Amino acid sequence: MISTWLWSRIPGPTALKILLLIVVIAAVVMVLFEWVFPWISTVIPIQDPTIEEAP
Amino acid sequence: MSAPAETEHAERPRAHAKPRSGISALGVIGELLILAGVLLGLYVVWELFYTDVQGDRAQREIVEELAWADPEVVEGDVATSSTETIPDDLKVTDEDPPAMDYPEFTETFATMMVPRWGDDYVRPISEGDTRRDVLDPLGIGHYPDTALPGETGNFAVSGHRTTYGKPFNRVDELEQGDYLVVQTEDIWAVYHVTDWEIVDPSAIEVIAPTPNDPAAGETGRFITLTTCHPEYSAAERWVVYGELDYWAPTGHGVPAELLEVPQ
Repeated sequence: MISTWLWSRIPGPTALKILLLIVVIAAVVMVLFEWVFPWISTVIPIQDPTIEEAP
Repeated sequence: MSAPAETEHAERPRAHAKPRSGISALGVIGELLILAGVLLGLYVVWELFYTDVQGDRAQREIVEELAWADPEVVEGDVATSSTETIPDDLKVTDEDPPAMDYPEFTETFATMMVPRWGDDYVRPISEGDTRRDVLDPLGIGHYPDTALPGETGNFAVSGHRTTYGKPFNRVDELEQGDYLVVQTEDIWAVYHVTDWEIVDPSAIEVIAPTPNDPAAGETGRFITLTTCHPEYSAAERWVVYGELDYWAPTGHGVPAELLEVPQ
């Protein structure tokens, strides 16, 4: 399984593993929130408030 | 004797079915599906919660950095402080304000106050109507080549109704006669709401110089607000129409309309 494989690849004792995992997850979430999601939301125009000529 | 042996026998294959080396395709697909679910959930959290946190903070900072924005309005205590109000002899209704330089794309050139939305409601208005450059990061956007505040024609602006700080979130609470106050570096422009309607996203005639009558040309001093409708959707647009009451130069107090917060 991916998760067990990942877990075995993280170095250190369990406490360190958990800490590293939290740091990595936080970094991934930040990248998603700051760059990936803003980009996705401009590609799927479900929130457009402007009036414009029909394409 | 035979019964325990049977149990032992039944358990053994289960132990064999769980070796670490065995990669089950179904298990991997399952984990990927869980990951996809988590990502979708995160996207919803971002869109519905985080964009508001970011948008409110960013639009607040923009307003605070505007050197000309009325400080008592920015502080949100204009309705309770003993602020001077604009005297009647400075109010102009029959001519255009002194021409201002047409703002650059993304330049914040005005603020908007709506007493119906609370005495602490003050949002920046920036040039442009694209989501990526204006509406998402800066708040309210001004349709390019429509009139500027106080001018003859239609001062047309657009803003999010949900997410990204949702400047026009309470658009459905506006009633006829409610004031829409706009400030630029040079003037205050006080409009009142005349009407509202729900239109298709392609109804560009609502931002014509005379709303809904593109052939008429410039016949008055109008304001038009457009935003999403229904909430969390882009199927239609909620449009609010207004007309100018007067404009007045800045530096002589605030419009008295700001002091009356409708209940």
